[in-house]
Amino acid sequence: MSQTKIKCDATGEDLAFNPMEYLREGLFPHFLCPGCGHGIALRAMVWAVHELGIDKNKLAIVCGIGCSGRLGAYVDANTFHTTHGRPLAYATGLKLARPDLHVIVITGDGDCLAIGGNHLIHASRRNLDITCLMLNNEVYGMTGGQVSPTTSADRYTTTTPLGNTEAVFDACKLAEAAGASFVGRELTIQTPSLKNMIRDAIKHKGFSFVEIMSDCTEVFGRKNDLGNSAEMILTQKSTMRPDSYGGNIVDEPFRPNFLPTGVLAQTDRAEYGETYRAAHRAKGSAK
Amino acid sequence: MSNQTSTNKRENLQGNHACALAAVAAGCRFYAGYPITPSSEIAERMSLELPKVDGVFVQMEDEIASMGAILGASMGGAKVMTATSGPGFSLKQENIGYGVMTEVPCVVVNVMRGGPSTGMPTRPAQGDIMQARWGTHGDHPIIVLTPASVNEIYQQTIRAFNLAERLSTPVVVLYDETIGHLVETVDVAGAQEIELHERKWAAGEADDYLPYQPDDDMVPPMTRPGDGYRTHTTGLTHGEDGFPTQDPDTANRVLSRLYGKLEHNKDIVECFEAMDTEDADILIVAYGITSHAARSAVHDARDKGIKVGLFRPITMWPFPEQALLAAASKARHIVVAEMNAGQLVLEIERLAGRDRVQGLNRYDGEHITPADILSTIEGIA
Repeated sequence: MSQTKIKCDATGEDLAFNPMEYLREGLFPHFLCPGCGHGIALRAMVWAVHELGIDKNKLAIVCGIGCSGRLGAYVDANTFHTTHGRPLAYATGLKLARPDLHVIVITGDGDCLAIGGNHLIHASRRNLDITCLMLNNEVYGMTGGQVSPTTSADRYTTTTPLGNTEAVFDACKLAEAAGASFVGRELTIQTPSLKNMIRDAIKHKGFSFVEIMSDCTEVFGRKNDLGNSAEMILTQKSTMRPDSYGGNIVDEPFRPNFLPTGVLAQTDRAEYGETYRAAHRAKGSAK
Repeated sequence: MSNQTSTNKRENLQGNHACALAAVAAGCRFYAGYPITPSSEIAERMSLELPKVDGVFVQMEDEIASMGAILGASMGGAKVMTATSGPGFSLKQENIGYGVMTEVPCVVVNVMRGGPSTGMPTRPAQGDIMQARWGTHGDHPIIVLTPASVNEIYQQTIRAFNLAERLSTPVVVLYDETIGHLVETVDVAGAQEIELHERKWAAGEADDYLPYQPDDDMVPPMTRPGDGYRTHTTGLTHGEDGFPTQDPDTANRVLSRLYGKLEHNKDIVECFEAMDTEDADILIVAYGITSHAARSAVHDARDKGIKVGLFRPITMWPFPEQALLAAASKARHIVVAEMNAGQLVLEIERLAGRDRVQGLNRYDGEHITPADILSTIEGIA
């Protein structure tokens, strides 16, 4: 296995980071399709873990089901591949029982917003110190490319043969409205920025929600004639960061729903686990 | 033990409160639940008791989240419990299966009410016998305990924790609304009176550790975050290394061991009561509140010279097969009395033969009475 070194990040810091120190090399080659953005997201996550100097023994990765759900297995940490839509519920129990752990949830747009939507709302409200990374590739990739709550307007999927007619979810607005105390969105192509955002999300005390705009080249891209992976993520960048392209947006955007990126909300709300314990210490045994 | 050294005390308790106190006595330190009649008193009592012992109570957003949260907490190392009733038990099933597959100890209480669907929430029933056995999808073993009194709720809830911890598996405590809300005097054990079992923790080299390599008792020790093993847990069919596989030999070996570990440890799993069965010409099989009516009917029938006995499964699943057959060895007739349309009777027919087995059923939200059972006995005798 070749050693990969990245010499600087977006802030210009020099660092030596070898992602394989955080991955289970024995499981490679990984199962992701060529061009899938999820691998970049995983790299950004372990890079953030590296920068924070988190002890791998104290790191718990909790995943749901789908392409995103399979990422946990590659991380050399305490990894839990749970049931479809429920990683936030499992993570809530784990974090409440073990406040000493760093708990990161990796989930997808279907896992987190459709079948698991209720848990996102209430994890945001509860504000337990969990970092939730939602990998949004606009599609149910593992099951063959069905429409998801974030599929852009008019896009073709295997269950929208005439183009998607349902409205998309703005997951960040949802998380913010429900009380998540750190909310951000970033593209996989902006890997150092993504790493920084994940790092800040992990550092944040409370529930942090990061929507990572990934891309599904093989299933979604092919179905919608969006080009190869490089073309897809460049189109994504040009449509979501038009200022990077002098305001020029390509004729047919990757995501016609133009979602803003960056840290979108950050508040200093009390973390739930500490609140619970402090309340019971203060009051002694309850009435 | 003398009264001076014993920390036992007697308390008037509702069944659901006895369940909660037993859980705490058994070492439960994490409870997640969702309000549902007729089990809500368990959650209420846990919310009161757990903070006193540095435990955590959380009311989750739904039944599914409650089941997920207790599994997450158990994987973190805590002894855990949730409680619900029929509709909630249905919702928990997928994640109960996850607990079976990943071998995560937990206790799930189902206080049965009238069904199906929303049914009769405040009326008693025994309609979840088969759901408790086969509720989650796929082939799987499960331990289900069916206490019949408030005292027994206390004892069997402690036993449920011990079995869950010893065998690394979900254990269901299943009882009807009547004993859930019945108030009886309970012997509440002091800490030193209770025999408690803890799960086995992984020991030895962390490198190349195999988290699903079983010991001689067919149960693998557990790892937890922070102990250095950094293992992977998945509901996918997995090998001894914990990682997913589709290898037929491994899949067969893994599933066979899940069944095998209960069979291998049958002596500690099985529990039943056999009363007046040695010479019984007629055997009544009953459990939960219905067994009280059956006991009364057996006494009345014996007074009339009819040789009747009672077989009461306390461990419902895996069903104590040999014990039932022994109790029924002389019986010409077996009557299975249960507050459903006929569920356990199917298992008894399978074991004892259809010809001598009949059901006595009621599913209108009312109890089967001693008179109901006695008249059935007299009709046969």
